[in-house]
Parts: sequence; structure tokens; C-alpha cells
Amino acid sequence: MIGFVNGLSIGRNGRHVVSRRGSRGAARCAMAGGDTRSALEIAEGVRSGAFSAEEVTREYLDRIVDRDSEICAFLSVDAEEALESARRIDRARENSEKLGSLAGVPVAVKDNLCIKGSSTTAGSRILENYVAPYTATAVQRLQAAGAVLIGKTNMDEYGMGSSTEKSAFTTTRNPWDTSRVSGGSSGGSAAAVAARECVIAVGSDTGGSIRQPASYCGVTGLKCTYGRVSRYGLLAYASSLDTVGPLATSAVDAALAAQIMAGVDRLDGTSLPDDVPDFVGMLQDKSGASLEGVRIGVIDEAFEGGIDDQVAEKVNDAISVLESLGAEVVRTSLPNLRVATSAYYILAPSEASANLARYDGVRYGERNEDPENMSSLYTMSRKNGLGEEVKRRIMVGTFALSTGYYDAFYLRAQKIRTVVAQDFQSAFEKDIDLLVSPVSPTPAMGVGEKADDPVSMYTQDILTIPASLAGLPAISVPCGFSSTGLPIGLQVIGSFGKEADVLRAAHAYQLNTDFHAKSPHGQDGQVGDLKEYENGEEKDPGLSSGLLEGLEVLALRVTSDVLSPNLLRMRLNEIYAPNDDVLEDILS
Amino acid sequence: MALGFTGLGVTVLCRVRGRRTVVSLAGGKSKGGAVRQKKSSISQGYLDALEKYEPVVGIEVHAQLATKTKAFCSCSTKESKLPNTNVCPICMGHPGTLPVLNKSVVDLAIKAGLALNCDIAKFSKFDRKNYFYPDTPKNYQISQYDIPIAEHGSLDLPVSGNTVGITRLHMEEDAGKLTHMGSGSGRIADSTHSLVDYNRSGTALIEIVSEPDLRSGVQAAEYGQELQKVLRFIGASDCNMQDGSLRLDVNVSIREKGASKFGTKIEIKNLNSFGSVQKSIEHEIERQAAALDAGEKLQQETRFWDEKGLKTLLMRVKEGEADYRYFPEPDIPPLKVSDEMLQSVKETIPELPNERRTRYQETYGLSDYDAMLMSDDKETSDFFEQSVDLGGNPKTVANLLLAEVTLARKDLKMKTLSSSKLTPQSLADLVKLREDGLIGSKVIKALVPELVKDGGDPIVIVEERDLKFITDPKQIDDILQGVLNQEAELATKYKAGEKKLMGPLKGKVMAASRGRIEPELLQKRLDELLSADS
Repeated sequence: MIGFVNGLSIGRNGRHVVSRRGSRGAARCAMAGGDTRSALEIAEGVRSGAFSAEEVTREYLDRIVDRDSEICAFLSVDAEEALESARRIDRARENSEKLGSLAGVPVAVKDNLCIKGSSTTAGSRILENYVAPYTATAVQRLQAAGAVLIGKTNMDEYGMGSSTEKSAFTTTRNPWDTSRVSGGSSGGSAAAVAARECVIAVGSDTGGSIRQPASYCGVTGLKCTYGRVSRYGLLAYASSLDTVGPLATSAVDAALAAQIMAGVDRLDGTSLPDDVPDFVGMLQDKSGASLEGVRIGVIDEAFEGGIDDQVAEKVNDAISVLESLGAEVVRTSLPNLRVATSAYYILAPSEASANLARYDGVRYGERNEDPENMSSLYTMSRKNGLGEEVKRRIMVGTFALSTGYYDAFYLRAQKIRTVVAQDFQSAFEKDIDLLVSPVSPTPAMGVGEKADDPVSMYTQDILTIPASLAGLPAISVPCGFSSTGLPIGLQVIGSFGKEADVLRAAHAYQLNTDFHAKSPHGQDGQVGDLKEYENGEEKDPGLSSGLLEGLEVLALRVTSDVLSPNLLRMRLNEIYAPNDDVLEDILS
Repeated sequence: MALGFTGLGVTVLCRVRGRRTVVSLAGGKSKGGAVRQKKSSISQGYLDALEKYEPVVGIEVHAQLATKTKAFCSCSTKESKLPNTNVCPICMGHPGTLPVLNKSVVDLAIKAGLALNCDIAKFSKFDRKNYFYPDTPKNYQISQYDIPIAEHGSLDLPVSGNTVGITRLHMEEDAGKLTHMGSGSGRIADSTHSLVDYNRSGTALIEIVSEPDLRSGVQAAEYGQELQKVLRFIGASDCNMQDGSLRLDVNVSIREKGASKFGTKIEIKNLNSFGSVQKSIEHEIERQAAALDAGEKLQQETRFWDEKGLKTLLMRVKEGEADYRYFPEPDIPPLKVSDEMLQSVKETIPELPNERRTRYQETYGLSDYDAMLMSDDKETSDFFEQSVDLGGNPKTVANLLLAEVTLARKDLKMKTLSSSKLTPQSLADLVKLREDGLIGSKVIKALVPELVKDGGDPIVIVEERDLKFITDPKQIDDILQGVLNQEAELATKYKAGEKKLMGPLKGKVMAASRGRIEPELLQKRLDELLSADS
């Protein structure tokens, strides 16, 4: 029995990763070809007794041992607990109890979802030793369906990032090329699925945090309609945008997990009261392979400026596949696509500035043990406990909500949000069932490439943010690889509450392609062709300066009556490139 | 209770910590025409201030709603002696928790809004009020900012006859309780550390903001009392100032008479009784006037009422408005109040104290004063009405409730009327016996404590113990004659002209008859016997 996972977990709280190498051979035997087994197949196998839940769990724990020291997808793995819950399922089967639809399926959970008695850090130093006193509704429902919770995955601190480089603990590497990032913020979840260290991973998506890492890591990631899955137990980043959703190797598995997690929850007043359709049943229907009668709109603006040529090419190929399956493809416009990002980077930080105020060292979490007074308890605890990116967004949000700036920033951003939602609505009203675009402008960037350039990092979300603002369901589906072997993702966006449509298109596509089934490790479990990352290769200054311009234009447009352009520019510079003095000033 | 005329102002009765006490202040119209003033409690400085300045007072009231569970989680709102026992991850602000609105919070807030003649917002929402303080677990308070559930209301003050505007009424959550340790004062400034108890955290409050319509400490106290009555009547809040379920913050400014611009506003906190509301305002008016007279400039500040020193002390100077960075609470969907919902809440609102007061005067002929006391609290008021409905004469029922019953309860240390064994029926029967001329006031005085303590049917008791008036003239004369024979000396002196001896003679007869001779008859026969003899 050994402890490990990544350098970081050791000594964090002492109960993280334990694995039994001894059982490996047997499990391998039982699970030959397990790399490609779906959740449906595993649950069926466990239910029928073809193999035990414990065997499956050992297989995945072993794979974590094998691979995760390099990938760093997990922040904590509780092997004993996972094996124990697997054995409980096996015992239940022996007692002829009815097993759930995820019986024995190893599921990883993003570290911003609470599991009672387990470490829940949200990738933040300030929660390094926090143990959740309750379980998130979505996770509890998966558990009730027989899922074996195998560990907690790495993420950008509180979901604020697009690469997991903003995790306080470690950077998750892309299983396809470990010199690249896994994307974020659900990078740990995406990488865990890609490396087959779990079958399904739960993630959260606020502005693209499921879809973008899914795209980077070549897995299927579903962002559900806002409110479809309860947020109770999800550590809030931006409450009006946060959603919980699954990452898996196929649309069917994603559908299965989504179906279990979805549905009204009395502990979340914003959860949708609507009945949850039988997603999986709909996909298994024979007509599922055809897209006859489905009208798909290609978002024109999503292919403009800054989109990597290979990304555009693969996505266009995918669109052709959809067309060949019977879908009618039309061009359509979302005129406010670009400005959506600016609005998002006002609204999300605004909500975050309040949501993260509770991390103050008073009731739980890291605290400064020798404060001079109350104020220094707050300041020092937060200064030491929260990371740069989090502080930056708290500052932006604090500023945007301040008297004198509220109308110009927060309120105006809300109006833009409404306009973006209306853009979608008018598209869907024109008989369009689904919208498609790339997920991310580029394939995975190199580790460290954009870590110090927040605005450039923000551009990674430019195509995922609009659906978040409108609360729409959207999926990221692997649709090819770049010349360097990096996965590329297709985004399919549905109208409000229509996960079923989105899943149907993704499933039909996957029945006719095999990008989603490819593993970076090949069939023998070896890490595939890793490409060396050449520094600066993918950098696209045009796009990032475009966004900065967008922010300035937005700000100028909305502030001309209250703020002089110079003062505004000064403030924006302070916000987006803060120095320590400003940080101190605002945080104290 | 002696209330004299001095012609200066009005004295009002107000309840301070449950006792009926006299507080007084100049100014204000009197409704009943009686202009009463108890001069001793007013300082000359204060009177001088009123010569030159007009005080302007507004009040912010926080009342804990009488819900069983907290506003956004299912924790109990019951008082708990042990700290941090009525808590859960939600009201402790643990990561990932969400508030879910307790529907009865909205119902009670609407009820309170309607009772205060407010317009109820068809569409309303919650907002986050951001500030860091250890008693606020999320470091923001869920409150309502620009669209309160109720606004544009009013409250009539029965004694001063004023109508006070209600600016707004909104829902919000309460904070926890901080105890500052390591210093004698209990204040944060010189403490070494502080303890936090989150039992109260997340309890539902309504904040009621008045217009600056009040002009004196007395009016402010009356406003607080009247609000308390209304909120208690409709069951929205227990409104106990001692345990903090009713909290008042007042804003006081003064301006030269005739000026249209408001003066600098000073907020007073730590007001634990209506008495301190009144006294602190009076003190503050005097203090501000002295400062202005001395040529000082007042600054916006928050002051602390020092109950022992009877003065306000500076807490903090307000440097501009605090920026709470309000924004809409994304965790709670906007609140829509349908016509049906409004109607169903409306139907639960009982007759309010003011309405009862008027009806008691018009229908029962009670005096202004008695009508007010009979509508003071819902329990007494309901008891009174039931007794009257069962045939009790309203004035007598009221008098007995105010005097004998109250005294008996006080002796027995019974806090509420409901803990007494007296029932509306037994009180009505007792009153009827009296009205029918069957028993005298002595019997009533003797019976009430017993009925309060042990209960019982007065008709049966009176019958069994033979307490009715003696109606047989022969029997009465025998008793009278017996007393006159026994007290021959007194009788002789009386006949000789010492008329004041009638009292003692009557007393002897009363004692001899155990109060069972009707007083008028007694007087008449005694007169006759004494003059016949001479």
C-alpha cells in the first residue's frame, strides 16, 4: 500500500492516495480492453456479474497509479473509500438487490463539489484542509446510482482559469501531450477521462470550464441548461452562470450521468422544476443515428479572426458529417458574440467578489493565526490563501459593483447578457434547432504559455461564454486532431432545456466518427505520440488585443457619461495588470 | 395615576418593560383634547432647544419574523442557550451551500406590509449587501435593495394623533451575535478576542423604515409601541426589545424653525426600550442644539445610547456612505406576488389595534383611554371581546381586566392572561352578578384572585358561600340594629353631630354583613335608623 498521486498530495492531509498494486494482474485480466469500455457497459457488466465493481475500481486505481504522477489530474484519491464503496455494490449484487444505472462505474469529481468527509479545496490554498460537512446533490445522486467515487480532480482555483495553471496545487497535463495544458477549469476532470483514470468525471462550467478542457483533452463534455443540475454543494464562482455537468468518452455516457444528476432539488431554488427526459433511451432509439429534419446553424462570427486554421478546418469537416447525416445546415449570425466575453468578465467577477467573501479564515479554511486585529485577520488570511487570478477577479468584481461604476459596468454587462440571450433566441426562433461552432479558438496551449497573460487566457473562452450567458445547454465533442496530434472540439449549442437535442446530434456524430473513442494511450496503455511543445508557437496576439479592445470599447461605450476615458483606461490597467500595491489597497 | 394639567405638552402612557409608566414630552397634538404634562422629566435645556429648533426624527425598525425556521435553511429559530447549536452548513455560510427562501417569510412580510397600509410589490427580488464582519457568515447579507416587498405605507399614532409615513418594508436575514472578550466593557475596541454565535444567523427579519415624520422622542416611542402592537396583533413578530426580536435605530436631526432643509443626521444605536428611545432622542436634541448654538458644525455620525449615563456617546463618524455594492442575489429567483397570494394573505389579517380602539369607543362606549388599553395586546383584547360577547358589561369587564385581574396576576406572577384560570365566561358571569345587583364590589375583589388562581364558576361559588346581597329588609334591619347596639357610643356621637362617623359605622355594618348589603340600601336604612332613633 503506497501513497502518491502527485507530488502535491503527499502530506496534504494524509489520507489521499492509497493503491494496491498487488491486485493489478487479476483486474487487468478481467478488464482487458477496459480502456474503451463505456459506463453503460461497466454498469451492465457489474450488474450481470461479468466482473465485480471492486475489480473495475482496482483497474482504474491502478491506472491512476500508472499515469497520474505525470498527468496530475487528481488532487486527492481515497482508494480505500473507493474500494469499500465498490465492495458495497458487489455485496448488494450478491444479496440480489437492485443496482443503479451507474453500478460500479468509477467517477471522478471536480474538487469544487462537496463530498461529505472528503477534502474539498476548489484548487485553493485557503481550503487546503477543508473537509466538507455534506455532499453535493449532484454527487449524492451519482452515488445513489451506484457510482464509485474515485477521487477529486484538479481545477483552476474556484474555476477561474482555462488551463488549471491557476490551481494552487498543481497543473494538470494534457494526456495527449504533457507539455500542454489540459484546459480549464475542469482540466483535471477532462484529463482523468482522457487518460482513462475514470469513466465519467463531474465538472462545472461557468464560461466554458467543461467544454474547453473536454475539447483540449479529446473527450465529450456536456454543459447542461442553467438550473438543470442542482448547484447545491458546488462551490460558487458565479452563481448565475455556474452549472454542473459530466465529462465522458461518449455522448451516451455523458447523457447517462446528466440524466442521473439532473432534476429539481429543494436545496437549490434555481434548479429547474421540469421533468428530465430519458436522454439515454432517446439516444438508444434506432432513429438516433439520423439527423433528418434537424436544422443546424453555423455561427458566422465564431469563425472570424483569431481562429486557428486547423480548428476551423476540423470543425467544418464535422459540420459536413452532420449534414451527411441528414441535418440541414445554414449560416447564421450571433452579432454580439464577441462582446459577450467582455460582459462575462464583468458579471462573473462581480458575483465572485461576493461568493468568495466567505473565505475569510473565521469559520473554516486557512487563517492567519496571529492577526493584529479583525481586519488583518481577513486581509492576511485572504492574501495568503487566495491566488493571483482569484484576487484579480475579486478586484474586478468589487470595482464593477462599486457606487458610481455599477451602472457603467455591472448593469451594462447585464444588458449585454440579455442581448446575447436574445441573439440566441432569435436564431432558435428562425427554425434553427442547434448552433455549432468550434469550442476553443486553438488546440491546447503549452504549459506556461499564457499563464502570465490573463487577457490572452480569457480569449480561450470566447466561443463558450455566449451559451453560458444565455444559460443554454452545449456540448463539446472531439472532431479531429491538429497536425501535432492535439484534439479539436466541436461545440453544439441547443435551445433552453434541450439537452436532448444537443446529445442527439453529438451521439449521431459519434456513431459515424471515432475521434471520441481515441485514447492518448492507445490500446496497450502506453502514452501515445507526444509532441514537443515549441514555445510561442500558438500565440495569437491579434485575438488577445482584440479582446482588450473589446473590453475597452465596452467600457468606453458604457462609461462615457460617468468616467473619463483616461481614468477608465487607468482603472482597467490596474484591474487587469494589477501590482501589489493595488491588490493590497483593494483587499484591505 | 395622577395626571395633571400643566398646559405645556402632552403626557402619554407608554409601556416600558411591561410596566405602565409615565413618559412625557412637550409637543404634538393631543387627540382626546387633554393636554397633559409631567414637568419633572423635562430639562430646561431641552425646552430651550425646542424654542429655536424643530427636531426631525426617523426610525428604522428591525423585527424578527415569527417563523419556525430560518429564512433560508431549515434550522429552528427557537431560543437556544448553547451557542452554535441551531446552525447548519447553510446558515454558517459553508462553501457550496445555497439559500432557499422560506415561504412563510414572504407571507409574514406581506402581512406586515398590508397592516401598515403599504403597496405590495408584485415583482420583487433579493439583493446581496456586501460587507465583511464576523457575525455575517457569507460576508454579505441577503437583503432587498431597490425593490422592497412593500413601500409607501403609514401608521396612525393614537395618542399624538399623528400619521407617520412608512417609506419601505423589506425582508432580510439576521446576523449572528458577537461577544467581545477580554475587557470589562464588552465593546470591541479594548477586547482581546471575540466569540461568534451563529444561532441567530439567517433568522428572517423585516426592516421597516419610517419617513422623517416624527418630531419628538415621545412620538418616536409611541411609533415604536404602535408598530409593536400591530406586528404582534398580526402574528408577524414577537417584538420583544429585551431579547432583540424588535430593534430600533433612530435618526435625529434638528433645524431652525421654519427652515426647509434638514439638519445633519445623527444615528443612535443600542436602544433597548421605548424609554431609551424617547430619552436618547431628547438628549440628542438638546446636545445638537447646544452644539449649534456654540457655533459648532455637526457631522454625520453614529452614537451609542448610554443607558446608565443617560447620554449618547460617539461610536463612529460616517465618512460618506458605506458602499455595500448591492447586486441582485443570483441564488434566489425573483419574487412574484400573485393577486391570489395577496388576497389569501389579506384574509389572514385580523382587525388591527386602531380599528378595535375605534370600535370599542363607538360600540361599547369605552373611554379613549380604556379603549386603548383594551386593544393594547391581542390576548387581552380577545379576552375582553369574548367576555363582552358572553354578556359582560363592556365597561365593567374592561375595569376588572385593568384593575383586579391585573393586580391578581401581578401577585401571582403570571406573565400572560392565558396562564390564568380566569375564563371569559367566568369573568362575564361575575360581571353579570354585579350588574344584576346580586353581589357587591367587596365580593368581586375577594373572588377575582381566586378565579385567577384556581378558576371556578362564580355563580356556583356565590351560591354556595352565600355571598349574594341580603334582600330581606327584616334581616338587614336586624344586622343594622345589632351594629348600632354594639356601637352605641359611635351612634350617639354621630347623632350629636359628628357626621364623619358615618364612615366607620358603615364599615362596621359591612363587616358584620360580610359585604352582603347593597351599599345604597345600607346608607338609606342606616340614615333612617339613626334619625328615627333621635
